[in-house]
Amino acid sequence: MLKKALIGAAAATALMAGQAQAQFSDNKIKIGVLTDLSGTYSDLAGKGAVVAAQMAVEDFGGKVNGVPVEIVSADHQNKADIASSIARKWYDAEQVDAIAELVTTAAAVAVREVSKEKGKIDLVSGAASTPLTNDKCSPTGFHWTYDTYALANGTANAVVKNGGKTWYFLTADYAFGHNLQAQTERVVKANGGEVKGAVRHPFPNSDFSSFLLQAQSSGAQIIGLANAGADTINAIKQAKEFGITQGGQSLAGLLVFITDVHSLGLETAQGMQLTTGYYWNRDDETRAWSKRWSARMDGKMPSMVHAGTYSAVIHYLKGLAAAKTDEGVKVADQMRALPIKDASGFAVNGKIRADGRMVHDMYLAQVKKPAEAKGPWDYYNVLRTIPGDEAYQPLSESTCSLVKK
Amino acid sequence: MTSHQMTSAARPAPSRQAIFIGILLVLALAAPFATYPVFLMKGLCFALFAAAFNLLLGYVGLLSFGHAMFFGWSAYITAHAAKEWGLTPEIAVLLGALCAAALGAVVGWLAIRRQGIYFAMITLALAQLMYFVALQAPFTHGEDGIQGVPRGRLFGLIDLSDTLNMYYFVLGVFVLALFFLHRVINSPFGQVLKAIRDNEPRAISLGYQVERYKLIAFVISAGLAGLAGSVKSLVFQLASLADVHWHASGEVVLMTLLGGVGTIFGPTAGAYLVVTIQNFFASAGSWVTIIQGSIFVVCVLAFRAGIVGVFVPFLKKRGIDA
Repeated sequence: MLKKALIGAAAATALMAGQAQAQFSDNKIKIGVLTDLSGTYSDLAGKGAVVAAQMAVEDFGGKVNGVPVEIVSADHQNKADIASSIARKWYDAEQVDAIAELVTTAAAVAVREVSKEKGKIDLVSGAASTPLTNDKCSPTGFHWTYDTYALANGTANAVVKNGGKTWYFLTADYAFGHNLQAQTERVVKANGGEVKGAVRHPFPNSDFSSFLLQAQSSGAQIIGLANAGADTINAIKQAKEFGITQGGQSLAGLLVFITDVHSLGLETAQGMQLTTGYYWNRDDETRAWSKRWSARMDGKMPSMVHAGTYSAVIHYLKGLAAAKTDEGVKVADQMRALPIKDASGFAVNGKIRADGRMVHDMYLAQVKKPAEAKGPWDYYNVLRTIPGDEAYQPLSESTCSLVKK
Repeated sequence: MTSHQMTSAARPAPSRQAIFIGILLVLALAAPFATYPVFLMKGLCFALFAAAFNLLLGYVGLLSFGHAMFFGWSAYITAHAAKEWGLTPEIAVLLGALCAAALGAVVGWLAIRRQGIYFAMITLALAQLMYFVALQAPFTHGEDGIQGVPRGRLFGLIDLSDTLNMYYFVLGVFVLALFFLHRVINSPFGQVLKAIRDNEPRAISLGYQVERYKLIAFVISAGLAGLAGSVKSLVFQLASLADVHWHASGEVVLMTLLGGVGTIFGPTAGAYLVVTIQNFFASAGSWVTIIQGSIFVVCVLAFRAGIVGVFVPFLKKRGIDA
């Protein structure tokens, strides 16, 4: 059976792509989606990212130069050690050619190390931290969807310019939280704002009462939430219960996904400003793709991580087709050279830089009032499009060793 | 706790024992050609960890619920030494194990003053303390852990980044450590430990300084647990919070009990069983713990002496000490 299939595949490949098929090891392209399938980030990434990757493969025709493409997935439970051992197993024993999604900085960095060592491609979508394109950069590693630098440039800029001059941070106590706080402080200070202090909470956390009280007593105008997913949702809900928002302080969610807004409800989330790499209801193209995704995800709408995973996977497939090999470095070179354009409408003006950063337009959005929403998941007013070069860290500031200076 | 197979002093006929060990060794040497080597190495690391733990539980009767602190901290120290200081793997591993033994001396000195549940609670409390130190100390990098640890060259010669070389290095460490444990258990020192386990007041009345024996056993156990952690950090090139977390302390208890407490090969069998479950059911995510728990319940109900423990009388009759 297997033998027959292999011969069939080989014959088909030979017909379609001439000599090229010999370059694809084991006559199969396997893409692993490694994500949080059960924990804090399972809503904003999770199963939706697996579905997005499958859609990318289907939209590409299921084959690259006649070689079939397969998606596998696993749950890294947001832990570096689990992510690292799954990645190792996939590359060593299961012929996986690339790993996509990778929410949670710790997990992404762990996989980045393994991928770099093995010369395989990683397509980071969910993780946010800038080290991925600085000192942890790799010739075969890509950071696709957003990063803390762009988030801070979007949200913090807007908040400070609206008069939020004094800040206090509620920070998730791991690399991502520290990184997001540092990036936001940079923007706040550059705009003449003041940072009054910060408190770190464990990750993941459910009871924010003591941290919120410290933030309240700091007297800062803005409480910056340098966390994500369920942590942000819990912090915002509990801040409302404590009367912090009613008391004149405002919360700035520094990383808010549309799935978080959905969980909070417009009543609680209205008026909040946020930076996103994707909004499903932005134009006809994004709406069309998102509705296809939505049909497979019980009517939910995609977060930027989902759309980013789709965009990254389909671009990887294009890179494979152009390189005519699954050798990591060669595919990565093709991916850098090819224009980025796909059906999700994700990467507007997208380009990949030497440090692995996929630079594209970001959006500063404001959450609608309940009365403004025209339907389910109609949550954002896009206030401003931030051009990619303004949103992301300039290449000249990157500490990545691959950037020629 | 007192079952006949542990206290039996009868020496097995060396020939059959030698054949048995020989078969196991050949299997271990051939295994990486049939199975994924990293999986085998993970199993060996946990097997050594469980064997170290077994020395305390099986032969001194002390249930430590904080062994993860030795396992995890030695991993951090080895990883830091190999990555930041550029030490060769054998020195980094030794340093990790020595630090774990030193930590064991301090923790043991405090903990062995109590028995039973109090002993377990003291070790758990100290392990939690060390966990939070690991969470906050800058050199451990918190949730990220120390990543990208170089495996380096053993004695400056053998390249351990080659998976097979690494496997045989881990296997060598494991075999030596198990042999060492075997010698400790069957030495006069080991006999005193068993006497303390079976009846502490009697051992005292015979003139043994029980606390000193317990402390030495604790330090050996901590050092070997540390050795396992050190090697693991080189295998996965990563030292993370998962290894210092109390889950790891719980897991090693599970492994030892599943495999058969107070047997030489029991912890190894238990470790491989648990690692296989984790590997096999990895896609089930958080269900893994529930599956593990159910298997544990079944084992406790069906064969209390553990997997290897069940076969011990059978093997013993044929002159094999398992």
